This record gives sequence, C-alpha cells and structure tokens, in this order.
Amino acid sequence: MAGLGYACLLLALGVCVYGIVASLYGVRNNRPEFCNSGRRSIYALALILTVAMAVLEIAFLRNDFAFNTVADTSSRTTPTFYKAAAVWSSQEGSLLLWAWLLSLWSSLALFLTRKRMRDVAAYATAILLGFGGFFVSLMIFYANPFSTTSPAPVEGVGLDPLLRFPTMMIHPPMLYSGYTLCTIPLAFGMGALIARRLDAEWLKVIRRFAFAAWLFLGMGILLGARWSYSELGWGGYWGWDAVENASLMPWLTGTAFLHSLMIQEKRGMLKVWNVSLVLATGTLAIMGTFLVRSGVLNSIHAFGGATLGVPFVCLIALLIAGSIYLVVSRREMLRSENRLDSLLSRESIFLANNLVLVGLCFVIFWGTYFPLISEAVTGQESSVGPPWFDRYTVPLALILVLLSGIGPVISWRRASLANARRNFMVPLACAGLTLIGLLASGVAHKTFALAMFCCAAFVFGSVGQEFVRGTRARRAMAGEAPPRAMLALVRRNRRRYGGYIVHLGIAVLFVGVAASSSFQHATEVQLSPGQSATVGAYHLRYVEPTASITPKYDQAHTGSTLSLGAVLDVTKHGRHVATLRPSEGFYASGNPAEGSVSSLIGGQAVSHIAMDGGITRDVWTAIAPNIETPTLKRIVSAGNAKLPPEDGAIALIYLARAYLHDPPPAQFHLLVSPLVLWIWLGGLIVFGGGLIAVWPAPSTVRRRVAARSRARALRGLARA
Amino acid sequence: MNPARKRTVRLVVALSAAVVLATALIYTSFSAASPALTPSQLLQVAQPGRSYIVTGTVASGSVHRIGPVLDFSVRDRAGTAAVPIAYQGTIPDPFREGREVVITVQKQDGAYVGERNSLITKCPSKYKTAPAGENQNA
Repeated sequence: MAGLGYACLLLALGVCVYGIVASLYGVRNNRPEFCNSGRRSIYALALILTVAMAVLEIAFLRNDFAFNTVADTSSRTTPTFYKAAAVWSSQEGSLLLWAWLLSLWSSLALFLTRKRMRDVAAYATAILLGFGGFFVSLMIFYANPFSTTSPAPVEGVGLDPLLRFPTMMIHPPMLYSGYTLCTIPLAFGMGALIARRLDAEWLKVIRRFAFAAWLFLGMGILLGARWSYSELGWGGYWGWDAVENASLMPWLTGTAFLHSLMIQEKRGMLKVWNVSLVLATGTLAIMGTFLVRSGVLNSIHAFGGATLGVPFVCLIALLIAGSIYLVVSRREMLRSENRLDSLLSRESIFLANNLVLVGLCFVIFWGTYFPLISEAVTGQESSVGPPWFDRYTVPLALILVLLSGIGPVISWRRASLANARRNFMVPLACAGLTLIGLLASGVAHKTFALAMFCCAAFVFGSVGQEFVRGTRARRAMAGEAPPRAMLALVRRNRRRYGGYIVHLGIAVLFVGVAASSSFQHATEVQLSPGQSATVGAYHLRYVEPTASITPKYDQAHTGSTLSLGAVLDVTKHGRHVATLRPSEGFYASGNPAEGSVSSLIGGQAVSHIAMDGGITRDVWTAIAPNIETPTLKRIVSAGNAKLPPEDGAIALIYLARAYLHDPPPAQFHLLVSPLVLWIWLGGLIVFGGGLIAVWPAPSTVRRRVAARSRARALRGLARA
Repeated sequence: MNPARKRTVRLVVALSAAVVLATALIYTSFSAASPALTPSQLLQVAQPGRSYIVTGTVASGSVHRIGPVLDFSVRDRAGTAAVPIAYQGTIPDPFREGREVVITVQKQDGAYVGERNSLITKCPSKYKTAPAGENQNA
C-alpha cells in the first residue's frame, strides 16, 4: 500500500513536469494539441492524487501503523470519524490534501475554460502544474506521507484530542480549498499578463473562482473560530495568532478584488489594481501555507519542528518577483479607460472599501511579521499583542461596515443630492433610531459597540430598502405576490442580491463581535460542590461532580479514557435557566513506560465545555478538575506498581469513584457572552449569500426569462 | 481647477495620508511591542514594570497551583536557566511540563508575574504528540 502511494507521488511529479513542458511548448509554438495534452495532465494529476489520498485514508481506517503518519496521528481507540479526519492532521497528510485539492479545483477550472482563452489557459495550466509539482516535491523530498516503519508498532499515538471536534472534519478542507482556489485567479492573471491578453475576458473566466476562493476561505476561518470557541477552553474565537492572521490576509485582498472587479467591468478602470490584487491574494495564500510550516513565527497552530521554510521562501520570492515584473512590463496595456467622475459615486465607495481592506491587510501583515521585522531592524525580536491589532482594526472595521451599507444604494458615476436623499433616508433613520434606543438603554460608555450597532443598522436599512424596492418593481412588472416576486428578483440578479445578502451577513457578524467583546462577563473561580459563583446576571451552583471511564462511555464521543466534570445549575433572578455538564477528558499517552495507569490518562487533557446558547447570549462553562490530590495520586501510583498494562482500566474505576466520593475543589472558567450566536448566524448568511452569488443561472432559466420579458414588452407595445 | 490638476491634488493628499498612517503604524508597533526573550536573557535584562514576552519550556516539577494562582518555571530550550512565574488567567488545555510556552511577564517586587490570559502553549507539533523524552505526567 505504501509503495503504491509513493509511486503515485513519483508519477504525479512526472505528470506535472510533462504538463508544464507540453503547455509551454504548445502555446509558444502554436500547437493546440500540446496545450490540450498539458490540460489533460491536470486531470491525470487529480486522478493520481485521488488514488494517493485513498491509499492514505484506507491506511488510517485500517489502523495500518506501519505508516509513520498513521502511527503518529491515529490509534485503535481514536473514534472512526476522527480517524478519517486524522489524514490531514499531520504535516505530510496536510501537504497531500493541499496538492489533491489543488489538482481537483484546477481540473474544474481548466475543464470549464477549455474552449476559452486557450493561450492564457495554457500558461495558467503550466503555473498550476508548477504549484502541484512544488507540493508533490515537498512530499517526496521532505515530508513523505507514505514513509513506513518495520516492524509496525502495535498501537498508534492517537489523534491530538484538541482536534477531536466535529468541525475539524471540514475546517481544513474548507481552508485549503480557499487557499488552492486563490491560486487559480493568480495562474490566470499571470497567464493573461504573459500572453498580453488583458481585456475583460480573463476577469470573466476567474470571477467565479475568485468568489469561490473567498467563500471557502471565509467559511474555513469561521469554522476555525467556532472550534476555538468550543474546544480550546478559553472562550474566545479570535486571538490574533499568526496562523489565524495568515488566513485572514488573502481573504481581505480577495474581498477587495471582488469589489474592484465590478469597477473594471462597468467602467474599465483599476486594471493595474485588480491584477495586483489577484496576484497578491494568490501569493498571500501561499504565504499562509508557508507560515504554518516554516516555524518562523510563534503560533499555537504551527507544525512543530517544521523544516519547509526554505522551499517556501524560494517559491514566494519567485511569485513576488514574477508578479512585479509582469505588472510593470505590461503597465501600458493596463491603463484605465475612464477616470473617476466624482467622489460621490459607487466607484469611489468601492475604491474606499478597497483601500480600507488593503489597509487592514497591511496592518495585520505588519503585526504578524513584526517579530521578524523588529529583529531585522533592531536585532531584538519583539511582538505586538491583541491591543495593538485592536487599535487599528476596530476603526477600520467600523468604516468597512459603514461602506458596505453605502455601496449598494449610491449611484454609479455621480450621485446627485436628490439621489442621496432618496437612498440614504431609510438607512440613516435606522441608524438614528438604533442610536437613540441604545443611548436610552445606557450603553453609551461602550463607544465601539455603539458605533458598530449603528453602522449595522445602517446596513440593514440600506439592504432592506434595496430588497423592498426591487420586489415592488418586480410586482409592478409581473404582478407576482411579494414572496414570489422577491425570489424571482434574487433568482434573476443572483450576483447583485447575493452580494447584498453577504453585506447583511457581515453586519450581523460584526454585531455579534462587537457585543460579545464589549459586554462579556467572565470569571475564573474555584468551587467545591454546593458553592456558587455569579457571572453577570447569572448564578451558577456546583451541584455535584461527574465521572466516566473508558472511551465507550465518553459522553463527548472523543475517545477519552477518563472524564471528570461537574453538574452546574444555572439560574437568573432565582429562575432556573439550564443545567450544564462541563468536563475535562483525559486521554491515553500511548507510552507504556509511564505505567499501567499513567499511560491511560497521561496524554493531552482537553476541556469539554458546556454551554447554554441562545440568540441573546451564551452561558459558557469549562472545568479544570484537580487530579493531583493525594488520594487520586495514591491510586495512580498503586495501579502503576501493581496492575499489568491490560488491567490499568481497573484503577480508573477507583479513580472515578474516589473523585465522586470526595471531590476536590475544581477550577471553573465561566462566561456570559451576548450575541455570540450572531457571529455564526452572520457567517451562515454570508455563506448563503455567497452561494447565491456564485451559483450559475441556468441557461434555460435565462432563456425563459428573456422570452417572458420580450413577450411582456410586446404586449405593452400592443396596448400602447 | 482643471481636471488634471484636481487629480494630482487628490493623489498627493491620498499619498500623504497613507504616509502619515504608515508612519503612525510603524511608530506605535515599535513603541508598543514587548521584547521576546529567552529565560536567561530575561534574567539579565528585566526591568521592573516593563513587559517582556518569554518563550521557553515549562520546567519539570515546577507546576503548582495555589488557589487561582498557577506557579511554574520557564526554562531555556537548551540550557538550565529558569524563570519562576506566577500566573492567573486562562490556562490553555495543552499546558503541561515540558511544553513550549509563550507568556508576557512583568518583574514586580523581584518576582515575575504573568499578564492575565497571556499564556500560550505551543503544541509540540500542530497535531503530533510530544517528542520522546518529554514529560507527559504533568
């Protein structure tokens, strides 16, 4: 099996090299058959890497510990669901996932464009195969997922318990899909520059993939935030960690591109800016991948002992140098066809939005890479923390949300005063009423939250107004009922109204961020059974301890060998609100030398939080039970000394009983966070809006709609 | 004002604003940054009241919890110099003896106090277990 997997990698590298040569030879010598052959190399690469991925997946599901990757990241006690996800939990497996997704998305892109822009597509094919070859080479020369050990260990170490969380099954594929999709616009952009085909056609080709990249990357980031909130035991969803920032940067430039693209489509402006954004987004996606694997920056997410820095630096340097050369050498062909007519126009708002997004990206880039910058400048490595990031990103986020409300309602070219009055009355009224309501309820001291709520209300007003006006117009035209008219409106203008829904989702998301960061109540407290703590308006009482043993009875279904927790009774003003059961799971270390009992509980300990979530607030609890008491330590020591490894679980029964009988004080982390659910709901709205915008309108629908419009126009003419 | 002149003025204003903002960003990043030091460097240069980011490994046998306070020592990755730290706040799940941690500390009355919620524990590898020899019993 391992031999087959490795052979796939070698074959994949050969296919990449062949495809690059064939594509470049074909386009240079006007031999379309070679270009086609190069394109088919991508399909072949996808097929080969699918086999390689299947080999590794089967090895995980069959507990084939001869594979080093399987032995390092899985075990017999790892639940099957997580064994499947463990494939991409190692450096080696994640590289394979990257290359595989790249080959799949590239195949789709090149298949859909097989009859368009053949010269540009040929260069894009060569570039995409270059990326594929790079990642396959990393696996062959640095991190082989098919390396084996003989004799095979009888048991693996197991998947890190922190990763035993359902969204971890889809978070990495989503994020990597976003990263790999970012390389497709980059490849076509470079292809267009090399081929000097800089008309609007290449933008049409990549538009859908740029949107898909933005969507997948955004969802990947959001799923990561959800994992952090639910699994890491600190109750936060964003920590300005280097790896988190690395995924946010291409998303920001991608967002900027999706807006400025419209200016180029409508007015033929910002050509240099657009192509630069495409190239920057692709390069930042590669930098994000590099950051996790290079070990150059401190991050809780970085792969330890990473050694892939040098190859990535070479690739990034090549991309930056190539991009600058191509843009500078083709600048004459990238001249704008029009000028900005007025600062009060949709183009100007989009431009402002672009500057804010790129500014945000620059701030995050500077803060993320500041340890390297400071060391280079002063010789002393220094870091900036979350307060520094907040100082710049908070005002920029406010401006961004406000602009997302102005953009949909302002006119192209030049907005008149009458136009502004007509379009901004409702949004301003919404923002004004929100401000009055909030001031009356006494939240004036939280300036950021207050400003964000007003900006969000402005967006709700502006987007709502657009939907109402569009539906009214549709009803007047077609005489449909309001819901049907609205559906038809969205269906006929998917990109426009999908985009509005995305704006709505972003506003909802930021309301959640503002509320949860400004009005959160938190406490760390040590409690014994019977004792209580107060968090905000909530009262939490430690009712009794809980304990379960063996993976079979682990309530979180993550395969913990011992789980200790508590029952908490939550009340508000004397009224019962919820009963919560936070716990901490202890996992096997996989190291028999530690002793029969210690090896069963000596692995990673992970919080299993308990939460009463709602639309207005989350009551979030985590527990850190103390297992270092003399009684419990005595049981572990006696078990280690007297019990054979196969009977170690017996001591766990005694441990659980002792804990239940005489529970030591436990440390609790308690939070009451308002509107956190809005963050996830906002993300879902963004996702829904994004899907609507990216979904192709079927040609049959388009034809039918066009026919109906013609018929209506003819009827109107006949009546006239 | 003719359109060409108007465009030039706009460009100059925009570039000036960008330069001012970039300068502010660079200035504040250098003034607000905390030096990242190893424990041995911290022992040599620490001044009372100033924040430092310490990166090192949690020393074996140094972790004790007294009420809400977590006491532990951070030692050099290669070496024996260790800094005892008293910390209050969220403790990341992966925290344990032998793990690499990053924490912001201040020297107060001769002792090192960790800033609340500043403790970050690096996984030995993102998803891999600790290398052989690491203490797993914490």
